[in-house]
Amino acid sequence: MKPNLSISIGKLKLKNPVLVASGTFGYGEEFEDFINLKELGAIVTKTITLKPRQGNFPPRTCETPAGMLNSIGLENPGLDVFIKEKVPYLARIGVPLIVSIASEYDPGEFLSVSRRLDKIRAVCAIELNISCPNLKNKKLIAQDPAATYRLVSKVRRVTGKALITKLSPNVTCITDIASAAEKAGSDALSLINTLGGMSIDTRARKPKLASICGGLSGPSIRPVALKMVWEVYQKTELPIIGMGGIIDTPSALEFFIAGASAVAVGTANFVNPGIVPEIIRGLKEYCRGHKINSIKELTGSLRCQD
Amino acid sequence: MKKKTLQRNFKVIANNKVKDNYFKLVLAAAGISSMARPGQFVMIETSSTAFAPLLRRPMSIHSAQKGRIEILYETVGEGSRILTQKRPGEHLNLIGPLGNGFEIADPGDRNSILVAGGMGVAPLLFLAEKLVEHKSKNARVRIRVFIGAKTAGHLLCEKEFKSLGCDVKIATDDGTKGFKGWVTELLEETLSGIATAMPRIYTCGPMSMLESIAGLASEYGMAAYGSFEAHMACGIGACMGCVIRTQDEKRKERNDFVYRRVCKEGPVFQLNQVIWGEE
Ligand SMILES: Cc1cc2nc3c(=O)[nH]c(=O)nc-3n(C[C@H](O)[C@H](O)[C@H](O)COP(=O)(O)OP(=O)(O)OC[C@H]3O[C@@H](n4cnc5c(N)ncnc54)[C@H](O)[C@@H]3O)c2cc1C
Ligand SMILES: Cc1cc2nc3c(=O)[nH]c(=O)nc-3n(C[C@H](O)[C@H](O)[C@H](O)COP(=O)(O)O)c2cc1C
Ligand code: FES
Repeated sequence: MKPNLSISIGKLKLKNPVLVASGTFGYGEEFEDFINLKELGAIVTKTITLKPRQGNFPPRTCETPAGMLNSIGLENPGLDVFIKEKVPYLARIGVPLIVSIASEYDPGEFLSVSRRLDKIRAVCAIELNISCPNLKNKKLIAQDPAATYRLVSKVRRVTGKALITKLSPNVTCITDIASAAEKAGSDALSLINTLGGMSIDTRARKPKLASICGGLSGPSIRPVALKMVWEVYQKTELPIIGMGGIIDTPSALEFFIAGASAVAVGTANFVNPGIVPEIIRGLKEYCRGHKINSIKELTGSLRCQD
Repeated sequence: MKKKTLQRNFKVIANNKVKDNYFKLVLAAAGISSMARPGQFVMIETSSTAFAPLLRRPMSIHSAQKGRIEILYETVGEGSRILTQKRPGEHLNLIGPLGNGFEIADPGDRNSILVAGGMGVAPLLFLAEKLVEHKSKNARVRIRVFIGAKTAGHLLCEKEFKSLGCDVKIATDDGTKGFKGWVTELLEETLSGIATAMPRIYTCGPMSMLESIAGLASEYGMAAYGSFEAHMACGIGACMGCVIRTQDEKRKERNDFVYRRVCKEGPVFQLNQVIWGEE
């Protein structure tokens, strides 16, 4: 038996449901020595902004129990350089390319970036990062259902590409935001982005990150991420790309069972740059072992006692 | 396409205490050993199954010969302490070699000065080994090594540098060995006495030491290269976490700078390229 791992997200067809999370995979090149990039379900790029961004002061990362904090601040070369220098390489890989985009102050930039990306054939989908915690503007679009609705519906009008909205866990009610994105025409949801957090060097009484606060990722956030995926799965019809602390096959499986149609691996790429192909193999084995013909059967297959 | 970096399990050959909190790890790592340049580093997985600690630890390549690499390390926290428990025959997962490494000047008639502060000896011994290879082709090359340590007890690699034929000078903060004071004071004494042949300075150590060496190098008109440290999540250029501020060649405003990744564009930077800050 050869289990079918293929899935679709809107009009985006993926040969397998394992993606890499934005900001943890550079622009693909960084991993070419470690894996066959063709094996990936899709590549999600580091978030791109209209203009280049320098990002925050270092130190920008620190380790925490079963996780890490980052306050990169969306350092990226800007849309023009991205299109000129990064897209050709990414296009050659031959794996669906999902471009993550953001804007700090002017939501209009989401539109101009989306319009430009809409014209690039190699770009298969756009992920709206409305949930980056590392910007000066502390109020996130993803923390406000009305703002989420406004932005997603505007972008929806300028692109026919698959549209993914990336949600923040730093909210009181994740399903309100998810529903707003659904109503506005998003094709899928990515969740979760990092959880706000901080860490202190007690000897110096200084924050370990120069920006004081940052975003927590890694296994420590997995239970939070799973719960949110489960809640959103019950509330919306949209396919969910689940992420947060996936580090091996069992942890990826948890997300499918909770309701994800696909998963993205983030911090684990740093720990083991060869992890994604391992998880893809692991999913196949699990399906075979459990007589599952298509990975789609696993999505939301949680058995609750009644 | 040939791989420039490997990720693999490598067998531990030896892992012994050098003194106090300092250990030397020897690994059978032919692939890394044959590619490695001085100043490059590896990312070592210190956890085995439980992902604790989660992130890999960056360590300089201390020596690379005959299919082996050596790592000289200090126990600082959890990761390095776990490392001390690895026994010969066990395996460690490494990614490497990583980073740019020191660019060795033409094996021409240059003299080299190596300045190590504390653990900074780790990459510089490998560099000295390579410089000595050049030296055998050119007898005029002279390698001066300055080692700074807190106390005589913290001093590392004196013997190793000497057996390579380097001139070694030592400074300790408390005067328990050699010059009492900073290694940079000792360096300045020597620099002011060198009239001819502009040597290159290669250095590794604490940020404050690198900064004063940058000052001395510009004062004496010498090229100086330093290996930097930064907190690293990935070590392979993917996370943008390990940046330092450097000069922007295309700068328009006086305060313009660019962040460069210590793990990718570094860890070695020409010291006059670095913008020194409060952090
Ligand atoms: C390019 C490079 C080369 C290095 N080479 C050597 C070497 O040859 N020998 C050696 O003993 N040490 C070296 N270090 C420092 C070494 O990486 C740290 O001492 C080590 O990571 C400490 O881990 P720990 O778990 O024992 O300490 P902890 O303090 O518990 O570590 C907590 C976190 O902080 C990070 N961290 C702590 N100290 C440093 C540091 N100085 N630089 C960067 N990250 C740090 C750790 O990686 C970890 O993520 C190097 C660092 C870099 C960046
Ligand atoms: C260093 C780092 C940088 C990140 N940068 C981005 C980014 O640019 N855009 C984005 O949408 N998410 C970014 N993220 C969040 C991840 O995509 C992911 O949502 C989060 O880390 C949770 O997954 P994980 O626990 O598997 O890492 C970043 C995460 C890390 C650790
Ligand atoms: S440590 Fe990730 S980019 Fe350098």
